[in-house]
Amino acid sequence: MTDTAVPTSAAGNPIGFGRMLRKEDVRFVRGHGNYVDDVQLPGMLHGAILRSPYAHARIVSIDTSEAEAHPKVHAVITGATLETLGLAWMPTLSYDTQAVLATDKVRFHGQEVAFVVAEDRYSARDALNLIDVEYEPLPVVVDAKKALDADAAVIRDDKDGKTDNHIYDWEAGDAVKADEAFAAALADGGVVVEQEMLYPRSHPAPMETCGTVAHMDPITGKLVLWSNTQAPHAHRTVYAMVAGLPEHKIQVIAPDIGGGFGNKVPIYPGYVCSIVGSIVTKRPVKWMEDRSENLMSTGFARDYHMKGRIAATKDGKILGLQVDVLADHGAFHATAQPTNYPAGFFHIFTGSYDYGAAHCKVTAVYTNKAPGGVAYACSFRITEAVYLVERIVDCLADELGMDPAELRMKNLIQPEQFPYTTPTGWEYDSGDYPRALQLALDMAGYEELRREQAEKRAKGELMGIGISFFTEGVGAGPRKHMDILGLGMADGCELRIHPTGKAQIRLSVQTQGQGHETTFAQIVSHQLGIPPEDVEVIHGDTDNTPFGLGTYGSRSTPVSGAAAAVVAERVREKAKIIAATALECSVDDLEWELGRWQVKGDPDNGKTIQELALLAHSSLELPEGVEGHLDASAVYNPPNLTYPFGAYICVVDIDPGTGMVKVRRFIAVDDCGPRINPMIVEGQVHGGLVDGIGMALMEVIAFDENGTCLGGSYMDYLLPTPMEVPMFELGETVTPSPHHPLGCKGVGESATVGSPAAVVNAVMDALKPYGVRHADMPLTPAQVWMTMQGRPLRTDLAFTD
Amino acid sequence: MSHDHHNSVSVTVTVNGEQRTAEAEGRTLLVHFLRDTLGLTGTHWGCDTSNCGVCVVAVDGVPMKSCTVLAAMVDGCEVTTVEGLEGPDGLHPIQEGFIECHGLQCGYCTPGMMITAKWLLEQNPDPSEHEIRDGLSGQLCRCTGYHNIVEAVRFAADKLNNKEVSA
Ligand code: FES
Ligand code: FES
Repeated sequence: MTDTAVPTSAAGNPIGFGRMLRKEDVRFVRGHGNYVDDVQLPGMLHGAILRSPYAHARIVSIDTSEAEAHPKVHAVITGATLETLGLAWMPTLSYDTQAVLATDKVRFHGQEVAFVVAEDRYSARDALNLIDVEYEPLPVVVDAKKALDADAAVIRDDKDGKTDNHIYDWEAGDAVKADEAFAAALADGGVVVEQEMLYPRSHPAPMETCGTVAHMDPITGKLVLWSNTQAPHAHRTVYAMVAGLPEHKIQVIAPDIGGGFGNKVPIYPGYVCSIVGSIVTKRPVKWMEDRSENLMSTGFARDYHMKGRIAATKDGKILGLQVDVLADHGAFHATAQPTNYPAGFFHIFTGSYDYGAAHCKVTAVYTNKAPGGVAYACSFRITEAVYLVERIVDCLADELGMDPAELRMKNLIQPEQFPYTTPTGWEYDSGDYPRALQLALDMAGYEELRREQAEKRAKGELMGIGISFFTEGVGAGPRKHMDILGLGMADGCELRIHPTGKAQIRLSVQTQGQGHETTFAQIVSHQLGIPPEDVEVIHGDTDNTPFGLGTYGSRSTPVSGAAAAVVAERVREKAKIIAATALECSVDDLEWELGRWQVKGDPDNGKTIQELALLAHSSLELPEGVEGHLDASAVYNPPNLTYPFGAYICVVDIDPGTGMVKVRRFIAVDDCGPRINPMIVEGQVHGGLVDGIGMALMEVIAFDENGTCLGGSYMDYLLPTPMEVPMFELGETVTPSPHHPLGCKGVGESATVGSPAAVVNAVMDALKPYGVRHADMPLTPAQVWMTMQGRPLRTDLAFTD
Repeated sequence: MSHDHHNSVSVTVTVNGEQRTAEAEGRTLLVHFLRDTLGLTGTHWGCDTSNCGVCVVAVDGVPMKSCTVLAAMVDGCEVTTVEGLEGPDGLHPIQEGFIECHGLQCGYCTPGMMITAKWLLEQNPDPSEHEIRDGLSGQLCRCTGYHNIVEAVRFAADKLNNKEVSA
């Protein structure tokens, strides 16, 4: 090996993309992760929140005297305390307000009422029992369908002049054109199928709950906040705006995070309380919610009541789709989504099919339930959109007596149609949909499965095959169209190559398990030829990383990954100038061979990136205007979303005696463009598929007639265990994004978005002999049983009236 | 011991081979004793209802949900936490399996998962896929979809079995 040879990875890792074990695992498998609850500071106190037992009640009085007298209690904070600081209410990410601690009324079961700071976690909870709150219960609004009734209690009477529970109406698409398409379909002997469906309220429920450690240094006035947030920079800015704290005196540190899935995007009252607690006590204050608090009060997901109508010719060519949505946003409009998109990206509901007419209308209402709405790996409500279209396409197949695979194949957007503009205005960047669907069908052995099903059906056995095909839009911005609270959705990145050729890259985004410390090192490696083990990824600390909007909506690879590619390219170009100087040639004479600039036609004459790093820091005289060192920074503003897609097939068997659904097989073909680390991509898909199976079969947050949350523990909010899910069969096609510097599209949420419809379609397919076309998730044994009786239940309410 | 749960008791445990003695309130859960008192934060906490298993440690060799055990109850016992899995020869095969097979993402469920998986392999050195799932059914993971966790346990089983063969 000559001294100018490109080094390979001593650790045997790929230079660039490919399967590589994760760098972060060496600490996790030893129990040396550092999660927020692991943070211990000298003198640290513990906070706990008193929560409302009522869904809707006026607060008559709060007596904290006994709690304050507790020997281990340092402070008791109520809404009245916060009012004096102007912090009783905080802005939500959707330009509404949310009570930090309730002052006038409580508006959902589990709402924050008081905050105790004590010496240890147990004493803090003891003291909660000593607070005496007198409530005057009010009528509740539980059923979203009745929220706009004239006699419904007005939940947000804190808002000036508010006399109903209406939040917004929002439309997309062309209503007139859609009506015309429907009329034409019927006139031509086509079909129109209508189906109501609920995507029930669910919860991301990461294994680690939400929490913070706030330390306001009383002398320097610097606030350091350890917080398991998915968006540390955005949080810092919001704290500055809300609390009036100077932003340069706020450091948000997101340490290791035990799963996010959207749950850790918003700012929760507990975070604000821990900050106030630290200000009041002049000591660090830790607040960790328990599981019930997590499920009852933090960002829920979905809760969309959808009514879809699809029109098609009688031989199955789709002509149009209309959707009416009633969105239940809970007591505060606190969904986390780009400002211009109150219903998130729901209007991507036209799906993966080619037709010209579509329209949706979304009406959002307040109810006496916890706030939230965009969470749980939903890609800003594309989950709901994909579920709607994939379910209704199956209903259409049923109506037409057509095979659902054939109906899909017939209507998929064709490869030559990309970039494809949808009837609601999205520009899909690239795709080869038929190839992905065909691969999934081949992997499944679709024909054979249908034969087996026919045989089983003849014997009275219930087997179902469900297909879903999804297109996602991920990687928000561009910043021109997409912002959160005015902060444009673009992300910064900085790369430094040290003199010895080792690198540090600083990201604006934070991992919650996605493996950024590995994949971003691989991106740098891919661009520069530096072994990934020589690249340190720094993230999750606002004092040490550039600004950016964070990790959610599958945006890390599409946005931050692009930023990383761009900074590395800038370093490469600067290294080229240094190489030309050192080799005494023109930059035009150089060519890049992975990890090395060399003279064209004279490959022995070159310099590796490591050699160039040293030269960049040396006494080598550089051309006029070229600074020393080998660093670069960039802010990446995505020109468009990227559009990953996939074809999923689920096979289920149902026990007709119990209604129990068994997922026998799950075939998932994903196309997310080139895969930086296929092992990590597959892991993301596995996790999302289990989310989807959970959604379809067991997860729901329902309420009783008093508005009591019935999903407030893992006994009630069921997550799949290893027993309910199969080994997965994954496939892949690769269609690069034309506008991402690496062609990558993002994959974190694909499987969560795409899989629920496949499972539900499979169950409804199995239940075909019973003549019911649709039943709402979750398809628990009870729900399946009722469906077999022809009477599927409403799953969001634990009462019937 | 009095009925007053605020009374403190002295608890002596052998944790990962090292004898430790500390005061704990009678009501202190083992998970908090390990994390807050002994500073062993590798064991996690994730639910109020003994469902999730992220808190699992081995007490006298048997996996237990440390959120469901009082610290005082393990007085005189041997406790193994994730921090004690690595031996003088390096990582335990189960740890290697989780790394090699990408059996973890956020890592929050991993300590409990590995402690139970280790015990599972001690009971059943050659488990089938179903037996692995059954053995881990008291533990939740929200990230991995379990697929690679099953693979990780299989990896460890194979590695342990080969070792025995060659020994
Ligand atoms: S913390 Fe969930 S079972 Fe122990
Ligand atoms: S790896 Fe995140 S919960 Fe299992």
